[in-house]
Amino acid sequence: MNYLFDPRHWTGADSIPTLIGEHLLYSLIALAIAAVIAVPLGIYIGVTGKGVFLIAGLANALRALPSVGLLILLVLLISPAFPSKMGYILPSLIVLVLLAVPPILTNTYAGVRAVDAAAVDAARGMGFRTMKILTDVQLPCSLPLVLSGVRSALLQIISTATIAAYISLGGLGRLLIDGKAQNDYSQMVAGAVLVALLALFFDQLLAFITRRVVSPGLTRRTIKSASAAEAVKTPVTV
Amino acid sequence: MKKYLTGFTLAAVAAITLSACGGGDPMSSSSTPAGGSGDSIIVGSADFPESQLIAKIYAEALKAKGIQVTEKPSIGSREVTIPALKDGSIDLMPEYGGALLQYLDSATKAVTSEEVTKDLATKIPSGLTLLTASDAEDKDVLAVKKETADKYKLKTIEDIKPVAKELVLGGPPEWKTRLNGVAGLKSVYGLEFKEFSALDAGGPLTLNALLSGQVQVADLFSTDPALKDNNLVALEDNKNLFLSENIVPVINAKKSTDTVKETLNKVSAALTTEDLITMNGRVAKFEDIGEIAKEWLKSKNLG
Repeated sequence: MNYLFDPRHWTGADSIPTLIGEHLLYSLIALAIAAVIAVPLGIYIGVTGKGVFLIAGLANALRALPSVGLLILLVLLISPAFPSKMGYILPSLIVLVLLAVPPILTNTYAGVRAVDAAAVDAARGMGFRTMKILTDVQLPCSLPLVLSGVRSALLQIISTATIAAYISLGGLGRLLIDGKAQNDYSQMVAGAVLVALLALFFDQLLAFITRRVVSPGLTRRTIKSASAAEAVKTPVTV
Repeated sequence: MKKYLTGFTLAAVAAITLSACGGGDPMSSSSTPAGGSGDSIIVGSADFPESQLIAKIYAEALKAKGIQVTEKPSIGSREVTIPALKDGSIDLMPEYGGALLQYLDSATKAVTSEEVTKDLATKIPSGLTLLTASDAEDKDVLAVKKETADKYKLKTIEDIKPVAKELVLGGPPEWKTRLNGVAGLKSVYGLEFKEFSALDAGGPLTLNALLSGQVQVADLFSTDPALKDNNLVALEDNKNLFLSENIVPVINAKKSTDTVKETLNKVSAALTTEDLITMNGRVAKFEDIGEIAKEWLKSKNLG
């Protein structure tokens, strides 16, 4: 653990804050791109029922891709076209996006599918148009599953973003790769711990956000606390 | 809210405690490795193709003499393999004289093959023995593209100095701290590059980065057929930072029987730098390393 607490490692070019910053930058960009692709696609497939084979076949096949192998293949293919850092950043982002699309896509699809048909019928009966049903009924109802897909995608991205260091980019993987090459295990341990902490932190952050944005009517927990509040109230009114 | 915060804290504490447990070297094993008895020899190699090829040649040559061999190819950099030799996880490895000497004694003044061999004999850790070094040599070279060399008029490494700030250097991650890497380029040549890009040890990533322009100066090996194939310029090491790198077998003294010594010395005597360039070219075309090794041994009447 000495590496982690040595002040020299907290300032300068390859300092821990810089590496964490780079790590998060890659991760969040990849997550945003993945969400922009997977959420609308998942909604479309969920609502229309078209292209379910994409979920069963493609999305699941993507999960089996070996990340490092794909990364090197992409570097050899893409980097000649970009004589700059972009030749490495692009392949890394593609790998991370491919990793994050399946969980978000399948969860969005499953979330939209799982919305109570009675609720949709009721909304239609009340005169809601298809778009309105989507935005006011189906999406809010499927939000817990969509967000849990985003959560597991982010977890995977943060832990996998370490491979960017293999192709000279920054991020916490630097500590792992350099530590291994220099036989400096304290550096590797520092990297591993930081990646784990970062992943845990963002997992909990998303869990917190999920609790905040999901409609109280959809979770048992808030119903319970609401009824508990009522139970407290009742004796007062009596 | 409170509940999951506690959970998070617990997990964080667990992560730190867990990692703190393994204070020492997590890869080291205290027990003697399996198969450590009799004539069985564990042949290791570093994580780049030429080392794997030479290790394969050693292994096949020994097998031809009826010696039992276990192969552990592609272990890693010297920072990993030398401790592995010391603790007996591996018994035999092809090494490069100069780089090994600098690893063992970073203050060494030796440059020529003779100086390196002489110094190595005194610096080699107890328990390990060096056999006869081969004439075959594979040095680190700083390579640039022909265009770069023409543009900045580069012939020697020293010529880079005025333009170093504009150039990105590519090499293996261990170069960051190594004397015959970034540290030596700075102290011996006064070179401070714009950036150091940690790639692989003269492998496809480094070559690709040099050819596609992510780096302008790259650490490659003098026996790499890619130098000629891609019309690259290997800059002259006029201040002898990268010292002579004759290929030499490093072996656990206990395993160094007369038959083993004789076999490996014959291999070293037969191996030439040209052989290595040719064989590396075949490895680069994805030919089977085992086949290449066997064919070479046969051509030298050692198989």
